Amino acid sequence: MATVSCPECAAELTLVEGTEVGELIVCSDCGVDLEVTSLQPAAVQLAPREEEDWGE
Amino acid sequence: MKTTVSILGGSGYGGGELLRLLLAHPCVEVKQVTSRSHLGEYVYQVHPNLRKRTQLKFSDPAVLEPVDILFLAQPHGQAQHHIEEYTQLSPKIIDLSADFRLKDPEVYEQWYGEKHSAPKWLSKFVYGLPELHRVELATATYVSGVGCNATASNLALLPLIKADLLDTSSPIYIEIKVGSSESGAEGNVGSHHAERANVIRTFSAFGHRHTAEVIQEMGVDNVSLTMTAVDLVRGALATAHARVKQGASNKDLWKAYRAVANENPFLRVAKEQRGIYRVPEPKILAGTNYADLGFELDESNGHVVAMCAIDNLMKGASGSAVQCMNLMMGWDETLGLEFIGLHPI
Repeated sequence: MATVSCPECAAELTLVEGTEVGELIVCSDCGVDLEVTSLQPAAVQLAPREEEDWGE
Repeated sequence: MKTTVSILGGSGYGGGELLRLLLAHPCVEVKQVTSRSHLGEYVYQVHPNLRKRTQLKFSDPAVLEPVDILFLAQPHGQAQHHIEEYTQLSPKIIDLSADFRLKDPEVYEQWYGEKHSAPKWLSKFVYGLPELHRVELATATYVSGVGCNATASNLALLPLIKADLLDTSSPIYIEIKVGSSESGAEGNVGSHHAERANVIRTFSAFGHRHTAEVIQEMGVDNVSLTMTAVDLVRGALATAHARVKQGASNKDLWKAYRAVANENPFLRVAKEQRGIYRVPEPKILAGTNYADLGFELDESNGHVVAMCAIDNLMKGASGSAVQCMNLMMGWDETLGLEFIGLHPI
């Protein structure tokens, strides 16, 4: 299984078997959404996220 | 055979919390709990959460019997006058008060406004925060307590200090929001419900005594603590404003926080992208020994906001004391401290 580094927090993440390009995964450390951009070699980028103000 | 323990001064909030933990601890037996003001009363009459959990009554401090570990949970300023007597009663002492936290008698006098009564004892105590002194605690005989506000501050700064990411030439300002249980069970005019409810009250802009513990334990001089009372019973949230060294990035900070969380069972990183609890909050820590840590870094100018939430009576006092006991006795340091908190609460 391929590993990638989270672009947000540098946590090492493992791409499970069957992961596809374009799939969204979540970093287990910082919780950021990541888009898988390549499998050979494995690569991810930050997925766009909606701004929230928590109702404040 | 269980390890015997007693609590000297068990009618306050710190003593009550300690008793709650010790009664549930698998390796200890609580022999005596003392209180002059509640002498002869059942302890559950003062600490109602212990009803049906113990039939102990408050004893006179004068009739304390020898035990394996003696906990001191008296008001500040008492233990230092009687430490020689206490050491005759027990080979190991854990003092929750502020009497033996500071190493330097002159520093003690500077912050507490009076000379220490037993200065030669200061160097015999290990500062009782396991995240800073785990190795020393394993062989310690005498352990001090920790200041709750100092603990929130020290743990907020710990990942940055340990990874040498902090620019210590720049000032560090720490704002601490605190719950009412910090002021103790005695009460005062300011803690009267009509005056304390719904407040956000900055009661100490700077010069708080716990600052001395941050200076001592973090090795930083240019630090200031500001205390603000908020409408909570339990809980403290430290928010530190500081500057990181040039070039330090978010990833560097993540690495530093991840490292301390991996090394310490009660430290957690609370920095989430989803959900409601994205940053450290004391609310969900009530009754637990966890300290939740978080940070935000402005990479453009190096301004870091480091946060730490705790339950002041647990990680900030009795929980850390029990964790210290576990380490002193060679037990798993999480024993008796497994409660993970409530949600919702």
